[in-house]
Amino acid sequence: MTAVAGSFLVEMRGIVKSFGPVSALRSVDFSVGHAEVVGLVGDNGAGKSTLMKILTGVYRPDAGEIWFEGRRVHFHSPLDSRRAGIEMVYQDLGLAENLDTVANLFLGREVCRSLGPWRVLDETAMEQRAREHLSALRVELPSLRVPVERLSGGQRQAVAIARATAFAAKLVIMDEPTASLAVAEARKVLELIRRLKEQKVAVVLISHRLQDVLEVADRIVVLNRGRVAGVLEGSTTRMEDVVALIVGGAP
Amino acid sequence: MRLETYPSTVQRGLGWERVRAALGRLDLLLVVVLLMAVLTALQPRFFLTRENLTNVARQISSNAVLALGQFVVVATAGIDLSVGSVMGLCMTVLALLVKAGWPAVLSLPAAVLLGAAVGAANGLALTRLHLPHPFIATLATLNVARGATYLLSGGVPISGLTPEVRWLGSADVVLFEGSRLATSLPVSFLVVVALYGAVAGFMRKTPTGRHIYAVGGSPRAAQYAGIDVARLLVLVYVLCGAMAGVAGVLLAGRVNSAYPTAGLGAELDSIAAVIIGGASFFGGRGTPGGVFLGAVVMGLVRNGLNLMNVSVFWQQVLIGLIILLAVYVDVLRRRSTQMEL
Repeated sequence: MTAVAGSFLVEMRGIVKSFGPVSALRSVDFSVGHAEVVGLVGDNGAGKSTLMKILTGVYRPDAGEIWFEGRRVHFHSPLDSRRAGIEMVYQDLGLAENLDTVANLFLGREVCRSLGPWRVLDETAMEQRAREHLSALRVELPSLRVPVERLSGGQRQAVAIARATAFAAKLVIMDEPTASLAVAEARKVLELIRRLKEQKVAVVLISHRLQDVLEVADRIVVLNRGRVAGVLEGSTTRMEDVVALIVGGAP
Repeated sequence: MRLETYPSTVQRGLGWERVRAALGRLDLLLVVVLLMAVLTALQPRFFLTRENLTNVARQISSNAVLALGQFVVVATAGIDLSVGSVMGLCMTVLALLVKAGWPAVLSLPAAVLLGAAVGAANGLALTRLHLPHPFIATLATLNVARGATYLLSGGVPISGLTPEVRWLGSADVVLFEGSRLATSLPVSFLVVVALYGAVAGFMRKTPTGRHIYAVGGSPRAAQYAGIDVARLLVLVYVLCGAMAGVAGVLLAGRVNSAYPTAGLGAELDSIAAVIIGGASFFGGRGTPGGVFLGAVVMGLVRNGLNLMNVSVFWQQVLIGLIILLAVYVDVLRRRSTQMEL
């Protein structure tokens, strides 16, 4: 691990969460360094989503602490975590399919100008900024002004990621971004993740496609039944090691 | 991600998309022109006269205003079944206030505010009581408002309104007076045009309008984006209720009375205009301009059939067929754009 203790972007310590009699997380430690790509893997029900929902403020932990940029934080809603600079790309992408790329990138954060007493959309400014942002990420789209439902699956994924990173995000959590994509499109998404890292954005990658995780992750955290089963270096890890931790060792 | 894209296609795509969007409304405009040509040919002495066209403009006013409010609700994938009853209620209350001696400057806004208040009740029933679908909440309001209308009016029409109150619904104004362009237009039609212009600007140019389309397209995406979906839904039902109030004011002015059965079934006409106008029932699609043309098509068909002495029953059959046709054309068009990919 290259990061020194205390220099993490995010540190979650001793996170515990139960839903009634089911304990989803039993004292989990999880951290992400600055501009680090962390793969979060585990079987269904291992606690990946719950952990990330706690980080983004959807759930509150029963016990444990969250530190972000060296400060203790309490996120009460996804809006809180977003304000701090944590963005989530959901598996269903969270795009309004009937709106175009520009509208989606700025949804809820529209750039406006005043027209007399009214605040109206500044389409020119938004399109300009959208184009700059997309070209910085080297995302290519046939048009910024067609409804996103007319884009391919990979293009939509790219729009969703671009949307998450358009407003000075420090950490982007991606839930299965390559799950429904063809191989070529999945490669593009992985390239996009590397580009985010170059731009000093940290990424948590939740994925069942272990080869994808191994390819881009600096570190891989394996969850197994609500516990951290192991933390592996991305570059030196073999697939078998990861699989062994995912399925192995009933506690 | 497709790679066969170049920066220039963004520009070209933009232009093409604009043309396509414009065409989407142009075909409906074409229908209107065609309809007028046919009616002119069939009824050369009556249809294209100033009296008749003014009449059509006046007649479609109420439905056009109801449809405008209905459209904003349908854009969120909702529906407001109560607009007809609310229109009737607002008319009756307006007439009662006039009879009680309220001046027009108070009674007219009161009628519109009443509509907005019923709309707020619809919106809150949907978002606070978590009723499963707007169909339910507004169906309840449909009955409550109609019942209240009968109770308040005693089931009889209230006739004889003051000229000031009637002005909006019945008066004509002459535009460009003195010049060769001088034309007289019903005030109610100008009200309709102004409201459509305002709502079109609101939907296209403001963040709130965009959020309404977003909620209709994907409520979850809107929520992820931090949009207060519940507040927005209450807003659209308030807007729709207020429009029903305005429609009631216009109709009361036109017929110089408030009759308790006013607006019976009008909700279905407003929905028909919205659908013919190209809005999607699943939300997120359509424009006020299209809905306006939808209301015009319905008005022209009714007027034309009236001129030709076709029975009202056949008119209803025809309107039904037009709804089918309009939606089917939309299905075909959407299918063809999907094939392109």
